[in-house]
Amino acid sequence: MTKIAPAQLTRFPHRHLLSCEGLTAPDISFLLDLADKAADRNRKVDKKRNILAGRTVINLFFEASTRTQASFELAGKRLGADVMNMLVASSSVQKGETLIDTAVTLNAMRPDIIVVRHHAAGAVELLSQKVDCSVVNAGDGAHQHPTQALLDALTIRRAKGRLAGLTVAICGDILHSRVARSNIALLNAMSARVRVIAPSTLLPSNPDRLGAEVYTDMWKGLADADVVMMLRLQHERMDGAYVPSSREYFHFFGLDHEKLARAKPDALIMHPGPMNRGVEIASTVADHSRSVIRDQVEMGVAVRMAVLEALSPNLPQA
Amino acid sequence: MSRTVSLPPNEKQKPSRTPQVFLNARLIDPESGRDEPGGLFVQDGLIADIGPHLRRNAPEGAAVIDCQGHVLCPGLIDAQVFTGEPGQEHRETLKTASRAAAAGGVTTMVVMPDTSPVIDQVALVDFIQRRARDNAIVHVHTMAAMTRGLEGEEMTEIGLLKRAGAIAFTNGKSSIANTRVMRNVLNYAKDFDALIVHHCEDPYLSATASMNSGEVATRLGLAGVPTVAETIVVERDVRLVEKTGSRYHASTITCGQSLEVIRAAKARGLKVSCGVSINHLTLNENDVTGYRTFFKVRPPLRHEDDRRAMVEGIASGDIDIIVSSHDPQDADVKRRPFQEAADGAAGLETLLPVALRLFHSGDVGLVQLLKAMTVNPAKLLGLHSGRLKKGAIADIILVDLNEPWVVNKDLLRSRSKNSPFDEARLQGRVLRTLVAGETVYQYAGNAASLSAV
Repeated sequence: MTKIAPAQLTRFPHRHLLSCEGLTAPDISFLLDLADKAADRNRKVDKKRNILAGRTVINLFFEASTRTQASFELAGKRLGADVMNMLVASSSVQKGETLIDTAVTLNAMRPDIIVVRHHAAGAVELLSQKVDCSVVNAGDGAHQHPTQALLDALTIRRAKGRLAGLTVAICGDILHSRVARSNIALLNAMSARVRVIAPSTLLPSNPDRLGAEVYTDMWKGLADADVVMMLRLQHERMDGAYVPSSREYFHFFGLDHEKLARAKPDALIMHPGPMNRGVEIASTVADHSRSVIRDQVEMGVAVRMAVLEALSPNLPQA
Repeated sequence: MSRTVSLPPNEKQKPSRTPQVFLNARLIDPESGRDEPGGLFVQDGLIADIGPHLRRNAPEGAAVIDCQGHVLCPGLIDAQVFTGEPGQEHRETLKTASRAAAAGGVTTMVVMPDTSPVIDQVALVDFIQRRARDNAIVHVHTMAAMTRGLEGEEMTEIGLLKRAGAIAFTNGKSSIANTRVMRNVLNYAKDFDALIVHHCEDPYLSATASMNSGEVATRLGLAGVPTVAETIVVERDVRLVEKTGSRYHASTITCGQSLEVIRAAKARGLKVSCGVSINHLTLNENDVTGYRTFFKVRPPLRHEDDRRAMVEGIASGDIDIIVSSHDPQDADVKRRPFQEAADGAAGLETLLPVALRLFHSGDVGLVQLLKAMTVNPAKLLGLHSGRLKKGAIADIILVDLNEPWVVNKDLLRSRSKNSPFDEARLQGRVLRTLVAGETVYQYAGNAASLSAV
C-alpha cells in the first residue's frame, strides 16, 4: 500500500471562517502550522509583525465576551491591523431586526475583516452574505465557534504531538454548546475519536449523527480518554430546568479526581472557560499538572493570528 | 358534514352576459370520479350542461373556448389562507391575496382570523365579508376565532359568529393548551354544528423551537420541536371529541403518528378530519439547511419519512384536504437570523402546480389529488362549489398539466414574496380561472392558443 502524503496548502482556500464543518484536514493543518509559529513568536519580546498593516479589523460583538474579544484584539494588533471593538447592546428582543442594517453600515466603513459574535445560530453566516469583506465567526448561538476548536486542537497537538487516533471526551452541556459542535467537526476531520458525555436533557436529538459516541455515564465515557474537555454549564440551566441542582450535576458530571482516574494517566484536562469551579470541574483538577487550560488561552491568540493571517491574502489587494 | 351554509354577499356576483361553452376538454369531477373527454356549458354563472356530447358541439349563441384537451375541473378551495387584512395590509390584503388565488386556480379561499384585530366578533366577520365583496376576485369565507383574541382562554360568541357567516372556528396559528377550554369549546360548538379547526402543537414543547427536532437542527444549533408535540394534541383532541361528539378538523398535521391517530378516530366513527399543507407534502427539514428562512413554517418542515407518510395519506384518502397555508411575510421579518425570523410561506399561487408534483411523480392519482383541494374541502366547510356537475356554480379552472415553468417570486401576485418555491421547476399551470362564470384569470403566455375558435 502506498502512502499518500497529505496535501500541503500554500494558501487558505476560503474567504470567510464561519464553521468547522466543511474544513478539510489540509485546511486545518495549514491554520495550525501558522498558529504554531505565531505561538512561538508570541513568547518573544517583539511580537509585532506588519502582515495586516493598513488593514482594518472590526470586532463586532452582539454578546459580551471579554476573553474572546481581547484575544482577537491582540491578534489583530500583533499583525499590525487597526482594530476597532464594537459591543452592540443586545438586550432587546428586536435585536435581529438591525443585523443586516448593521452589516451594511459597517461594510460602508470599508473594513477588511469583521469578527462577529452573535447569540443566534446562523447570524454570522447571514451577515457574511451582506458584506464585501472577510468574516470570522467568533461564536453564533449554539452553532459554531471555529477558533475555539482550532485553539483546542493546537493545544492538544502541541501537548500530544498529533490529533489522529486520540480519544477526546467532551463533557457537559452539549445541547447548547457551539464549542462542542465545532470541536466534533474539527476532530472528526483530523481523524480523532470523539465522545460526548452529558445527561440526556443536555444532549441534542440524534447526537450520534454529529460523529461522536454518546455516553450518559461519565465513568464509562472517560475510560481511556486521551483528552478530557469540560464545558461550561450556565447557572440558569441548573435550577431544575435541565438538571436538578449544581450539587447533583457535580456528583454525576463534574470532573473530580475519581472520575479523572478513568481516563489515561497522561490525559489532558481542558476547559474553554470561564470555569464554574465546583460545578463542572473540581478546583484542584482545574489546577492539576495535566491541566492545559491556561495553554488554551495562550493558543487562542496564536490561532486567531493564524486565521487573520490566512484570510489576508484572499482580501482584495487593490 | 355536507350541510351547506348560505352564500355570503360576495358570492352573489353578476351573471355573465354571454353564455360560454368549453369544448374539447378533459372533464374531471373529483366527486363522481368523472374523467373523460367532453365539454361544459356555462350560463348565468352556473354549469348549465356538461358531458361528452358537448365535446365538439357548441350551443347556439355561446362564446366558444377550445380547451385543446386540457383539464377542466372545479376551482380549488383553499381552507387555510392568512392575509394581513385588517391590520397588516403591507403583507397582504384580501384583494392581493385573491389575485394570487385566481392565478393559482383557487376560486374559494378561507381566510384565518389571525389578524389585527383578531376576527373574534360579529362586526369583524362582517368587515371581512364586505371588504371581500368589494375587492376580492374570488370567493372569500372567513373562519372566526374560537377564543377571544386567540388567547386560548375565553370562548367567543360561536353561535352569533356562525350566523354572521363564519365558516368554521379556529385558534389560528396557536394551539389551545388548556384542556378544559378545549373541551368547553368543542362541547359548545356542537350545539351549533360548528366546525372546530385546530392547529395542533403543544405550546410548551414548541416554545423555543424554530424547526423540526432532529439531525438537521442539531447540526445547525437550532432548538427543535419533535413531532410528538403535535401528536399529543391531536390525540387529546380526539379523546375530547369522543366525549363531546363535535365536528373536529386538525388543520395541518405533519407526521405519520398524527395520521395514525386520525385514522383510528375515523375508524371509531368520530366526526374527525385533517388537512396537510402543500409545504409538508413537498418539502422537508433538509430544505432549512443554510438557515433559509423562506422554509421556516409552522408547524416546521419534518423528516423525509414524515413527508412520505403525508403523501401516502393523500393517496389513501386518510388526509382529507390540502391547504396552501398561504402566509405572506415581508422581507424585513424574513431576513433575520433563523430563530428570530417570522414563520410562514406564500403559497396560494403555486398550490396547484406544486401539488402536481405528486401526480407527476406517480405518488397520487390526479382525481384523488384534486379531490383533496375541491370536493373534500367543500364538504368539510358545507360549500356548494368544488363539483363539476349540472346546476353547480361555475367555479372552474382550465389546467395544462404539463407546461414546464420556473417560479420567479418577483412575478407572483401576492404582496409578499416569501415563496419557498422560488426558482423551483414546476410542471403544469392554470390557464384560466372562472369564478361564478366570470373569467378572473387567464394565463398570458397561452393567450393566443386559447382564443375563441
